[in-house]
Amino acid sequence: MLAYIIRRLLYAIPILIGVNLLTFALFFVVNTPDDMARMQLGVKRVTPEAIQKWKAERGYDQPLVWNSAAAGTATVTETIFFSKSVRMFVGDFGRADDGRDIAREIATRMGPSLAIAVPTFVLGLFVAISFALLLVFFRATALDISGVVLCVAMMSISGLFYIIGGQWLVSKVWHLVPISGYSGGVDAAKFLILPVIIGVIGGIGASTRWYRTIFLEEITRDYVRTARAKGLPERVVLFRHVLRNALIPILTGVVVVIPTLFMGSLLTESFFGIPGLGSYTIDAINAQDFAVVRSMVFIGSVLYIVGLLLTDLSYTLADPRVRLQ
Amino acid sequence: MIQPVVLWSDALLFVLIAAIVALTLWARRQDALRAAWGRVLKDGMAMAAATVLAVFVLIGLLDSLHYRARLPAQPGAEARYAVEVHSALDALLSDLRQRGEKTYSAPLATHLFAREALENSTQREFPRLQHGGAHLGADLSGHEFDIAVRVSRGCAGGLVIWLLLVSAWCRWRGVAVVEMLKVGAGGPAIRPVFLTLLPILLLFGIAIAVGGGYHVFGTDKVGQDVLYLSLKSIRTGLLIGTLTTLVMLPLAVLLGILAGYVGGWVDDLIQYLYTTLSSIPGVLLIAAAVLMMQVIIDTHPEWFATSAERADARLLALCLILGMTSWTGVARLLRGETLKLRELEFVQAAQAFGVGRFAIMRRHILPNLMHIVLIALVMDFSGLVLAEAVLSYVGVGVDPTTISFGTMINTARMELAREPMVWWSLAAAFSFMFALVLAANLFADAVRDAFDPRASA
Repeated sequence: MLAYIIRRLLYAIPILIGVNLLTFALFFVVNTPDDMARMQLGVKRVTPEAIQKWKAERGYDQPLVWNSAAAGTATVTETIFFSKSVRMFVGDFGRADDGRDIAREIATRMGPSLAIAVPTFVLGLFVAISFALLLVFFRATALDISGVVLCVAMMSISGLFYIIGGQWLVSKVWHLVPISGYSGGVDAAKFLILPVIIGVIGGIGASTRWYRTIFLEEITRDYVRTARAKGLPERVVLFRHVLRNALIPILTGVVVVIPTLFMGSLLTESFFGIPGLGSYTIDAINAQDFAVVRSMVFIGSVLYIVGLLLTDLSYTLADPRVRLQ
Repeated sequence: MIQPVVLWSDALLFVLIAAIVALTLWARRQDALRAAWGRVLKDGMAMAAATVLAVFVLIGLLDSLHYRARLPAQPGAEARYAVEVHSALDALLSDLRQRGEKTYSAPLATHLFAREALENSTQREFPRLQHGGAHLGADLSGHEFDIAVRVSRGCAGGLVIWLLLVSAWCRWRGVAVVEMLKVGAGGPAIRPVFLTLLPILLLFGIAIAVGGGYHVFGTDKVGQDVLYLSLKSIRTGLLIGTLTTLVMLPLAVLLGILAGYVGGWVDDLIQYLYTTLSSIPGVLLIAAAVLMMQVIIDTHPEWFATSAERADARLLALCLILGMTSWTGVARLLRGETLKLRELEFVQAAQAFGVGRFAIMRRHILPNLMHIVLIALVMDFSGLVLAEAVLSYVGVGVDPTTISFGTMINTARMELAREPMVWWSLAAAFSFMFALVLAANLFADAVRDAFDPRASA
């Protein structure tokens, strides 16, 4: 088990290097820092001095990968690649355009992001699985068919609509909760309840349909027939046998998402004015703050890889037949 | 008279249509494919969805025939053409396009949405619209009655056209009209097609009749007719939904099959490639790539002759980026399926006969993967249309000058805080998007059920 985890962690290293190289290529090779400076400064203010100043402020004035002017190891370390890309491995993300330290910013914004993402995730999972079980219990009846049609219709509605419509109805017409904002402590609940509910409703269509397919596939298996032949009521068959065995395919899709909950939700956070990582990313994209976007890309892929590892480990918990070696 | 302009996206769209026509002709001669498509044709829901999709595609195609109008010139002088690029749809809707107002006005309104100080008055009044309800003159008492008359006239027109279509079809097929509208007739499900066409034609009739005198969905901030914007958005949505898949498919198919069949270091390399790409969160990778693309486009203004060309290049680049980030899932699926196929008897027989590797992949593996490719193609479409709106909101979508559902929603969003609310742009964009995506989802489900061997159980 431990050996397996270590091997998987080692396997993650080349992937992270690949991500790192890719972001480096995307941000510094496809466009030179000069191009970026010209774009950010705007047409009017572009002078060679202004470009130099812009680059120096951000540490982009070094050579890309090889500093021939320096001596010894400095030929490698005093370069953009080393200072901007390699140092991400040790958690040094540099500074954003507003001068703040990105790593610290991420640490403080993680809380609000999790406060929204975790309840949404847990509640969404619970509601979707319950609905799917309900539909499977009444399979091939009018309830099942109308449920599936409802799921397809809900899938076809843009996520933006749920947010805008929910804000309008609940906050503007009914005045139940504030329209947006955030505060720490217990007070946060009144800001969080609407985004969480909207997040759950928005995701329900696709996930219910997916779980329903998994359950239906499981229900054709031999052990289900055996259980029914023993005279077990359908309720017991469904909850005791099918639900447990359907866990494996469900885990595949679900566990991988858990670490990425840290990243927050781009849309929800920016609409509801929640100071999490999602809104941080959106603001960075809008302000074309390349350093922040680059850091978020890197963190996102680290978390995804952790998710893959967790998925493998969760199999052993859900299914004793799976041995990792 | 006019100078045709073929934008890159137009060309690709027409290539795509030609490919679909060619594939249809080819599929008609393949028994298995004909049987599968026959199941789709018999599915009432699928045919109804296909009808809606066909209407959208027709609008999108009309919007892809671009031209530059000729400017009125002095006799003898060389012909000169307007800078703006218009499409056949613009020409059809030239009324809607040209009858702009000053700013917001509600659907069917006769006055602007906000009060303004009038010239010879000290009070702030709602100014009359220049076009909406202009035919009523000063007396507005007949406003509701006029709308009712127009609605019924539009319904009547739509109904007449529908009856003509139905009777023409029945005469052509030699069946009685009553017979055709009966439930459960054999053959392709034609009844749902006509039953879907009826509301569509009625809506078209109403839109034309009412739109002649009013703004059916109101006007937006700069006074553009929202109905016109919604119709123009269809093309953008269709392009993103189809071209993206077109971009990614060759890559996914080639790499997926290679990884699964060749194995060894090729497999390792390809797996490494798609694991790395898919480990970056989709939106972030797209955002990063689009940011970089913007820098390229902004630093090379000399590449594009007109702003339409620049917007078009940006749209294509977006499709390319979406395609590059989304091929990994399909490639993984195809690799797994190829691994299974490789062990089957017919492939091993081909190997024993000494058929070359690439011939096996092309003749024995690829045809057996086509159902996955097709299912991926139709399933991805609706997701991409929805993604466009989100990306435009994040600020990494299409060019702000390109009319799309995303840009419509994005501009309308700013006005949500207004009291009373400006809701009509949002409502129009969301309902058009819902109709398109719902039809695509229903059609995709039917195609998957017909082609997926597992689903038939």
